[in-house]
Amino acid sequence: MALTFDSARMHNPYITSEHEAWRTQIRRFIDAEIMPYAESWDENGNIPSDLWIKAAGVGLLGFGFPEKYGGTLEGIDVWHSWIINEELARIGVGGVSASLMVHGIGLPPVINWGSSEMKQRVAPAVLAGEKHISLGITEPGGGSDVASLSTTAIREGDVYIVNGSKTYITGGMRANWVSTAVRTGGEGAGGVSMLLIPTDAKGFTRTELDRKQGWWASDTATLYFDNVRVPVDQLIGEENKGFRVIMANFNDERMSMSAAMEALGRVCLEEAVEWAQQRKTFGKRLADHQVIRHKIAQMKQRLNATQAYIRLCYEAIQSNAPNPGDIALLKVQSSETMEYCAREAMQILGGAGYMRGGRVERIYREVRVNAIGGGSEEIMRDLASRQYQL
Amino acid sequence: MKVLVAVKRVVDYNVKVRPKSDGSDVDINNVKMSINPFCEIAVEEAIRLKEAGVAEEIIAVSIGGAQVQEQIRTALALGADRGIHVQTEDSLEPLEIARLLKSILDKEEPTLVITGKQSIDGDNNQTGQMLAALAGIPQGTFASEITIEGDHISVIREVDGGLQTVKLSLPAVVTTDLRLNEPRYASLPNIMKAKKKPLDVFTPEELGVELSNHIDLVEVEPPPDRQAGIKVDDVDALVDKLKNEAKVI
Repeated sequence: MALTFDSARMHNPYITSEHEAWRTQIRRFIDAEIMPYAESWDENGNIPSDLWIKAAGVGLLGFGFPEKYGGTLEGIDVWHSWIINEELARIGVGGVSASLMVHGIGLPPVINWGSSEMKQRVAPAVLAGEKHISLGITEPGGGSDVASLSTTAIREGDVYIVNGSKTYITGGMRANWVSTAVRTGGEGAGGVSMLLIPTDAKGFTRTELDRKQGWWASDTATLYFDNVRVPVDQLIGEENKGFRVIMANFNDERMSMSAAMEALGRVCLEEAVEWAQQRKTFGKRLADHQVIRHKIAQMKQRLNATQAYIRLCYEAIQSNAPNPGDIALLKVQSSETMEYCAREAMQILGGAGYMRGGRVERIYREVRVNAIGGGSEEIMRDLASRQYQL
Repeated sequence: MKVLVAVKRVVDYNVKVRPKSDGSDVDINNVKMSINPFCEIAVEEAIRLKEAGVAEEIIAVSIGGAQVQEQIRTALALGADRGIHVQTEDSLEPLEIARLLKSILDKEEPTLVITGKQSIDGDNNQTGQMLAALAGIPQGTFASEITIEGDHISVIREVDGGLQTVKLSLPAVVTTDLRLNEPRYASLPNIMKAKKKPLDVFTPEELGVELSNHIDLVEVEPPPDRQAGIKVDDVDALVDKLKNEAKVI
């Protein structure tokens, strides 16, 4: 049995034929509409707008959101989520899925805490792929330390006057709205609110951050707010209760990223194995050299462990008992596995791997954005330590 | 207009199959299964007829063990309205499949039946033709384009060296060729909705069909391994070999 992306996925008894049907259809969509173009989109640093419309049509954008806004929620479970994250990662062009699915972090605050008017105005357009929403948390002055953010929203009558800036915002150039963390109150977590800011508001400007190590297809921006007037009814949740909104988003984001990182590691395994079975050195296949065989076995070993850990966390979520500490450490487990597999696959591919245009070379460049974004490894370990009340 | 489409569960076209070690059949243990690609084209064509306002109802039928319901559900997710599962664990030859389909025809009286021209496992290319014969209705096989014209259907057939257009009175049987259409993907919401669409199960006995078998599968063997090629020294040697060994020039 060869080691491929699919055969290197360990058996999961929770996966039913219906899950498999979803995998088949989403893969067909990806193979037809994304795979052949993803690399050139990445090189050009842009994704055509109609991809969002197509992704909406196949149910990708609406995944996990309520039916009344054009989504699909009924009957969805964690295993569908795992599959979707895996299949998007399989493209091996992280910038495409990061940009295409950025509403996955931008929209939940609106859906879970926004007014019904706000939900009705924003969600259907986003899930139809016609409009875009991003999440604005990190600032030039600080990222992971959310409680210290310094963008202010001062209330004047029935508007907030917003001043400050946000940076490293995925999808920021394309966004029509940004779910933005702002300071409405005093210092610390208790003074933070979430505000939905439309990007056509007066005083809003943005600059593209186009020179990145990876994720070239994904647009990333710095956003500036200069006396932007936002009606108070655009508050997401209650005033000064924004910290909870931000934190609630994180478990889902970390699970998605972990599932994706394991799958990216598996892409590296698949590519390395295929190469090792073809390439001949010193009179035999690479795969016949013990040093290479052991590399492959160790990649598989770590992928197995990560898969098992992902499954346990998904099981906990499915039974309404997620443990944020365990999920934070899963993200570390997954980024370390991805990093290891990218490294070893590059060593096996040698010069061929170093050439631009392959999935492994790209994944190698996209290790860090996964190991830092959504909570860096250091922050994850710190969070877990606090969760475990050390 | 009611359209009946037949969908067969086959080994996925991406899978490289192997014979069982005793050569008695193809090994389909733990192998990915899908709708036969030609059947999928049949489903797509029926959906297009419905979208064009020509067809009102699409019934997807499959014959086999409990697992064929997966393929019926896929057809329902793609856009069929209801499913019929004829439950039998027997491995059936085309004539028996055609007889079972005929009994469904008698029950449902569809105006149009669309099947794949063949399945990619058995490669028989017989069921559609046999069904038309048993039902005493016309057939348009290897269709690359169909048009409903009142109580007739015009079928462009892919024949050796060109296209042939035939006009059939309805009801009729059409079998699909590769270029009839490009099937869509089922969307996630439709996969979810498909779970709630009706699916009736019948046994052959309930349909009044007594199954029999006329064909025994004797042996399955893989094609011979391809021998490694050689490098020739120069063009003269190549020409010589093409002329005298391969005898192609």
